[in-house]
Amino acid sequence: MPGLEDLYREIILDHYRSPRNRGELPPPANKAEGHNPLCGDEITVFVQVDGDVVSDVKVSGQGCSISQSSASMMSQAIKGKSLDEVRALVHRFKVMMSIEEDADDAAQPAVKLGDLEALQGVVKFPVRIKCATLAWNTLVEALES
Amino acid sequence: MSHTVDWSAVKADFPVLQRRIDGQRLVYLDSANTSQKPNVVIDAMTDFMRHGYAPINRSAYRMAGEATDAFEGARAKVQKFINAPHAHEVVFTKNATEASNLIAASWGRANLHRGDVVVLTHMEHHANIVPWHMLAAERGIELRWIPLTTDGELDLSNLSGILDGAKVLSFTAMSNVLGTITPVAALCRAAHDAGALAIVDACQYVPHNVTDVQSWGADFVTFSGHKMVGPSGIGVLWGREQLLDAMPPFLGGGNMIADVKLDGFTCAELPSKFEAGTPPIVEAIGLGAAVDYLTNIGMANVRRHEMHLTSYALDTLTERYGDDITIHGPRNPEVRGAVLSFAFRGIHPHDISQVLDEKNVCVRAGHHCAKPLMRLLGANATARASFYIYNDESDADALADALDGASDIFGL
Repeated sequence: MPGLEDLYREIILDHYRSPRNRGELPPPANKAEGHNPLCGDEITVFVQVDGDVVSDVKVSGQGCSISQSSASMMSQAIKGKSLDEVRALVHRFKVMMSIEEDADDAAQPAVKLGDLEALQGVVKFPVRIKCATLAWNTLVEALES
Repeated sequence: MSHTVDWSAVKADFPVLQRRIDGQRLVYLDSANTSQKPNVVIDAMTDFMRHGYAPINRSAYRMAGEATDAFEGARAKVQKFINAPHAHEVVFTKNATEASNLIAASWGRANLHRGDVVVLTHMEHHANIVPWHMLAAERGIELRWIPLTTDGELDLSNLSGILDGAKVLSFTAMSNVLGTITPVAALCRAAHDAGALAIVDACQYVPHNVTDVQSWGADFVTFSGHKMVGPSGIGVLWGREQLLDAMPPFLGGGNMIADVKLDGFTCAELPSKFEAGTPPIVEAIGLGAAVDYLTNIGMANVRRHEMHLTSYALDTLTERYGDDITIHGPRNPEVRGAVLSFAFRGIHPHDISQVLDEKNVCVRAGHHCAKPLMRLLGANATARASFYIYNDESDADALADALDGASDIFGL
């Protein structure tokens, strides 16, 4: 069995204890609610899109260390990025979580996961992948809403 | 049934508990979710499949007759186990959830109309909520709720008011989250006094207590096989003959008919009327063996064992962690089963479960299919440790020890 240190990296615990971009955004910001029906975690993602750019993002709700830190790091990573870059980031993250094949699409802008790579260990704990991807799936919904 | 039970021998009857993961023994504390299986159940099912598997109620050859006898024998065992008046009142379903849906869909559609009131409680499992929500959407029935006291028992102070004019009271005999054991017989009486039917969700009760549906005075009782050391894939609906007889069928198909013509059909007698298609034959054999196994131990002994373990676990966890642990539900083991839902030092239950898993301590983390109750507790999830006949004090100790690891990681 992979050790818990692979999962609970210090940067993850830091984002869990002090989540970034907590809160809500008023309309007309896009908003979507996500649920993990297995564990009851609930998350709401607010995104303000100005033109082609995600100018602001906030996250509210409750969840475990993995879902909360993933949401926190996601909010930092997408703020100020173009929609194309955000979509590319979502794809990169899902590739890391082994739930999407690497599209290797030259048309997609090059993006770096940065801190988010700390969540790589989650793949070794398959039941937790849903925790890590909850915020990302909710983000996609918010962008489409 | 007050003979002395060798609980270590009981533990040894469950082969999965011999399993070691990473060199550590298995501490299975998730029996409120689903229970482990003893050798006698595994053997009964595999022996039947190896030596006697055949259809039931259909074919004339000897082996088919034997299979039918074994299947009906299992039904008779269940009847005796819950002290039901008749074996044909015991209907085998896929699980308790299907049994609950059967009641709402068949009895409910035939008897409930716009404005009729169904009373539930705040501690119900989704299986005793959603079928009624579905009927409410279809029929416009009204749902009323019995609230809880701060100690996690039913608040019965306004029971007659809530039941006034109601057609149904459907409630759990034991909460799968709080462990609370409800006053089943008194609630059935109150329902009848109000002219309502009494439906008991006994999923968490039947595996752990002496069950007597007649002394309860219930109208319908549901429970599942897999929580009482039997297999998954089989559940039980018990109902009073008169009610079952008057109800329309639930699923249509083979086995449930007396005759089929181009312009219609007539139903079979009970219990076949409610058992459309090939039933869970192997699972019924397994459930029969599970009933025999539990009967040999004695359900009064099971209850005593679990009351002791509940007290021990409550004391151990609170002595060790004091205010850092919040255990939901009644403190008095007389009115609670061996189900401990808890919050620990603000650590999310998913993370607690993950850390406990490293010590092979298996607990449930989540909403336990009781989201309305979780909202009342102000949590979106809890960790839950639940004990059964194969658990002992060392398992409670292992839980308490493993919780320390969660504090280490989260630095609390």
